[in-house]
Amino acid sequence: MKLVGEKGVRRILMTVAFSAISALLLITLFIINEGLPFIFRYGLKDFLLSSDWNPAAGKFGIFPMITASLWVTFGAMITGAPLGVAVAIFLSEYAPRPMMKVVKPTIELLAAIPSVVYGFIGVMVLAPFIRSYFGGPGLSLLAGSIILGIMILPTVISISIDSIMAVPRSYREGSLALGATTWQTIHMITIKASKSGIIASIILGLGRAVGETMAVIMVAGNSVNIPHSALDSVRTLTANIALEMSYATGMHRQALFATGVVLFVGIIILNSIASVALRKRTSKR
Amino acid sequence: MANTMAEIKNKMRVEGLDLYYGKFHALTSVSMPVQENKITALIGPSGCGKSTLLRCLNRMNDLIPGTKVTGQVMLDDQDIYGQAMEVTDLRKRVGMVFQRPNPFPLSIYENVVYGLKVAGFRNRKMMDEVAERSLKGAWMWDYVKDKLDQSALELPLDQQQRLCIARLLAIEPEVILMDEPCSALDPIATMKVEELMLELAKNYTIVIVTHNMQQASRVSDYTGYMLLGKMIEFNDTRVIFTKPKEKLTEEYISGKYG
Repeated sequence: MKLVGEKGVRRILMTVAFSAISALLLITLFIINEGLPFIFRYGLKDFLLSSDWNPAAGKFGIFPMITASLWVTFGAMITGAPLGVAVAIFLSEYAPRPMMKVVKPTIELLAAIPSVVYGFIGVMVLAPFIRSYFGGPGLSLLAGSIILGIMILPTVISISIDSIMAVPRSYREGSLALGATTWQTIHMITIKASKSGIIASIILGLGRAVGETMAVIMVAGNSVNIPHSALDSVRTLTANIALEMSYATGMHRQALFATGVVLFVGIIILNSIASVALRKRTSKR
Repeated sequence: MANTMAEIKNKMRVEGLDLYYGKFHALTSVSMPVQENKITALIGPSGCGKSTLLRCLNRMNDLIPGTKVTGQVMLDDQDIYGQAMEVTDLRKRVGMVFQRPNPFPLSIYENVVYGLKVAGFRNRKMMDEVAERSLKGAWMWDYVKDKLDQSALELPLDQQQRLCIARLLAIEPEVILMDEPCSALDPIATMKVEELMLELAKNYTIVIVTHNMQQASRVSDYTGYMLLGKMIEFNDTRVIFTKPKEKLTEEYISGKYG
């Protein structure tokens, strides 16, 4: 009787698991099926490296969007990563334990704030600030970078703290017992020992930044051009899909799917690097 | 006995030391001398406070939140819990070898010169010399001289523990504290580390915590027996193991307790 129940549960869970996985697989296949033929027909080089995006004229060069995505992501890394790693170091090495136990979950909660809210703050506060202090339209590469930098903080902080905390206490004690200060111990031992986890946290954060759409549409300005300064308005790959999908048909529609394929490949590469880095960390123990 | 003890210089002296972990009274008015260039052993059942006492000697207990220490621990003529003592300086003078070998996840060479780098030395030639001298001092130079750039974590356990001793020798401490340094090692490796201890005692003052009474009797000059946070008896090792004054000590030594 009990055995039958066990088998039944197993079967139900397996069905659920398989349908979830097949849904994901189907979406992937659909995107590739819609996008890949276009890339072959239009030419990979023209698609990726041409700056001419004019769907009405049948021109589909996404180079400006690729550049914008790369710059915005890079900007998010410059703003978010040092801040996030610093917070992680402070919370795990300096802050009293009870403080960390309260602050870490609070920071993780930031990941639950809808991106439209981040975007809204960007539009209402950040963009006017940039406009009046640095010039330009305000809605810009800089605004996008800062907002994304803030959005990746929970990922960077949370995973960095986990990997710093995973460094055995005995390393710290050994270092302090040789007369090292806390800071020397942190930068000569603890960070070195948790380096792969910290790098993984940043890369996972970047994966989130590349894929972020709503907040970026709201703050980055969305003009199709290769940015010459941080104050220029830019349109990322994600923004491009979201902005044009409602009226795209035919080739145009396929071009947007192909843009999705490019994004998909980019994020897969980032996540693979991150998981290799994380695996390196666990296998060391 | 009192006479011979007075002739040799006290390198360290613990006076009326009390230690609390939060509300737990871990050490109760402990006093003990640490004689220069001698090996002092602390024995007692688990939880008796011997490791805690050892960690007081280089203030490693400072790392545990909620620890409160009263009383004095003198190093030469300076109270190590006093205002004038910089804890990083103290730990350079009173080094520690831990129970589990804890080499850093760096190369063997980087492990040995770590203490020098921390102290601000950058001269590569000087560090090479110190590394060689320290590894020789820990009797492992021949074993590692061709693989100094290898990760220290790939060494066998006893070599790891010796590396931990070597990296301590590199900063030339005055006192070496050893917290059950052989408990992770097999009998042969243990024997070698004990021989090394006897050799080191010519130049260093050593305090060792051990749960192994034979080890204490083999290597130490003085032994303190602790129980429930109190120093029950402290004396010449031979006296402790042949005719202890306290009944509690005798019961522990003869295996009736602990």
